[in-house]
Amino acid sequence: MRKVIAATGNQAIAIALRQIEPDVMCAYPITPSTQIMETYAQYIADGIVKTELRLVESEHSAMSACIGASAAGARVVTASSSQGIALMHEILYIASGLRLPIVMAVANRALSAPINIHGDHSDTMGSRDAGWIQLYAKNAQEAYDTIIQAIRIAEGARLPVMVCFDGFTISHSVQRIEILEDAEVKDFIGVYKPEHSLLDIKRSKTFGTFALPNFYAEIKYQQRDAMRKALYIIKDIDTEFLNRFGTSYGLFETYMLEDAEIATVVIGSTAGTLKYATDEMRKEGIRAGMLRIRAFRPFPAKDITDTLKHLKAIMVLDRTDSPGTDGPLYQDICSALIDMPIHPSISNFMYGLGGRELALEKAKRIYRDLADATRKGIKVEHGYDVRTEGVGR
Amino acid sequence: MKKLLQVQEALTGGHRLCAGCSESIIAKQVVMASPRPVVAILATSCLEVATTIYPYTAWMIPLLHVAFENVDAVASGVEAAYLALKKQSTLPHNEDLEILALGGDGGTYDIGLQSLSGALERKARIRRICFCNEGYMNTGIQRSSATPFGAHTTTTPRGNASFGKIEWRKDLTGIVAAHHIPYIGQAAPVTLKPHDLRIKAAKGFEADGPAFLNVLAPCSRGWGFEPKDTIAIANLAVETCYWPLFEIVEGKWNLTYEPKIKKPIRDWLAAQKRFEHLLTDEPLIEYIQKRIDEEWEALLKKCDRK
Repeated sequence: MRKVIAATGNQAIAIALRQIEPDVMCAYPITPSTQIMETYAQYIADGIVKTELRLVESEHSAMSACIGASAAGARVVTASSSQGIALMHEILYIASGLRLPIVMAVANRALSAPINIHGDHSDTMGSRDAGWIQLYAKNAQEAYDTIIQAIRIAEGARLPVMVCFDGFTISHSVQRIEILEDAEVKDFIGVYKPEHSLLDIKRSKTFGTFALPNFYAEIKYQQRDAMRKALYIIKDIDTEFLNRFGTSYGLFETYMLEDAEIATVVIGSTAGTLKYATDEMRKEGIRAGMLRIRAFRPFPAKDITDTLKHLKAIMVLDRTDSPGTDGPLYQDICSALIDMPIHPSISNFMYGLGGRELALEKAKRIYRDLADATRKGIKVEHGYDVRTEGVGR
Repeated sequence: MKKLLQVQEALTGGHRLCAGCSESIIAKQVVMASPRPVVAILATSCLEVATTIYPYTAWMIPLLHVAFENVDAVASGVEAAYLALKKQSTLPHNEDLEILALGGDGGTYDIGLQSLSGALERKARIRRICFCNEGYMNTGIQRSSATPFGAHTTTTPRGNASFGKIEWRKDLTGIVAAHHIPYIGQAAPVTLKPHDLRIKAAKGFEADGPAFLNVLAPCSRGWGFEPKDTIAIANLAVETCYWPLFEIVEGKWNLTYEPKIKKPIRDWLAAQKRFEHLLTDEPLIEYIQKRIDEEWEALLKKCDRK
């Protein structure tokens, strides 16, 4: 039974974590995810949860401690953002390389310099090759549901999972959220039984060995294979979640795509604005649609190709820059569609950096430009939501 | 003898450490001293790369290696899991364990200092060994903050304009002491007091909170001595008061070995190629002797010997 509450994204995540009640949480505060660990620390102070909380001295140590706890057979969670994700970058690869099912809530935030505390995807996009499953939520409800699913996904795939949601837009906005009963969550996630444990002194094992060229590639290939299989695990867990709780999210979300001619592809909370813009376009007779990526790693390329192949033009919105080349989502969408004999015209728009909102008018302009170009048979130029006048050089 | 046969052995033979390396000796002695089964966490180091080459391992106890600069954070995570699972009675075996973290001076004095300080401040119940071989030996003998004054390394080379490292080594044991943890020891694999290292390790395993052992780890390749002389070099370090043996138990300093005759520092310097360029420079040797004497006097005072 769902119960309706009003909560910020961070509060919703903290509630989900309380219901999950991991064995260990190791974390270091950083805006905009700090509230998660503050709320959790209060649960511990109030004696509501038995979790061993380790308030370490940096994000690097937070992820390191998570690895130690996970290798020792505990169910482990953490939360972070921005510079914290960047600081633990080295250790993210080790978490996935050791195949540890750590779950991390990430309130996405821009990276310095200039320092900025607001939402964009630079932090997690910077670690997209770290071997972590990355799931991006569109609102607090999805973040809440996804963190519960992520426990099962991580343990099923034996891979770490990041549950990402836009800093402030989701993390700090009070939204209507339907939460599950504690017992329902506990029953859904079940008891974690690790296959290997560092604390198994009777079957002593060495974790984190030194692999030379004769074995390194084989071990990395197993990770790649696990990530491919994770697509099915994400789908299966989502189906089970649907059957139990009536909610499903899939690998990605589509909106008005079936008969669309033009579409946007996006990640995160901006999907809401784009849906609204889609409706407005439809009123003007423009056949617009939208696709929102939820699973970015593993990237569901085949399913996306099947969904987008009939379109004439696509604008891929990236909320991170990759100076010197195009946005990471754009590159993956191009790569997914390149095998089609005739594929849509694909353009890239950089938006939302450092928390800049994509206003409705801008969203509509993207659709109008796509529609105009399609009519003229030309490709829309790449865009960048930036002022060029009045900015110092 | 029978008792010795029952103790845990950390490492099997056939690992790939250099001939004469002191690290395997120290690791074995420390693990042997534990009254409980040991789970080890190892920083990236000589010891790590030489003992865990996949698909082989020289470790006969559970071992986790994560990275260079975070062994104490990893160990405190292992401890958190241990306590959580113990509380729920879901440990694989219902037995009390010891969590031992091991790192070189790079992973302890330098890149690992933050993680070490954090874990000590949080009073994680871990036992921490620093193999102090006074340099980045794993990457080919570069200077660390533990490298002594005047030593030649590949990044502080002797030359026409250089006598080697120009800075005095960092007082890491003193830094650890400032964390006020229950047990701290400075030790070395010596025959002049053969049980000193093992006894200190055993005390560490009984500490109610973190225990730290800074162990001098003579390095034949990096210091320039014959592999057969490892223990003799360690003895010399103690006899010259270059590396005094002491412990700090609940804040109380205690000297565990006092040389009857303090040997001159020249003996220590002359025994190793890394210092050979200093031997003709009398003022430098006098300077080193003076500082060693001052440090020794200060230590005696802390230990209430003066």
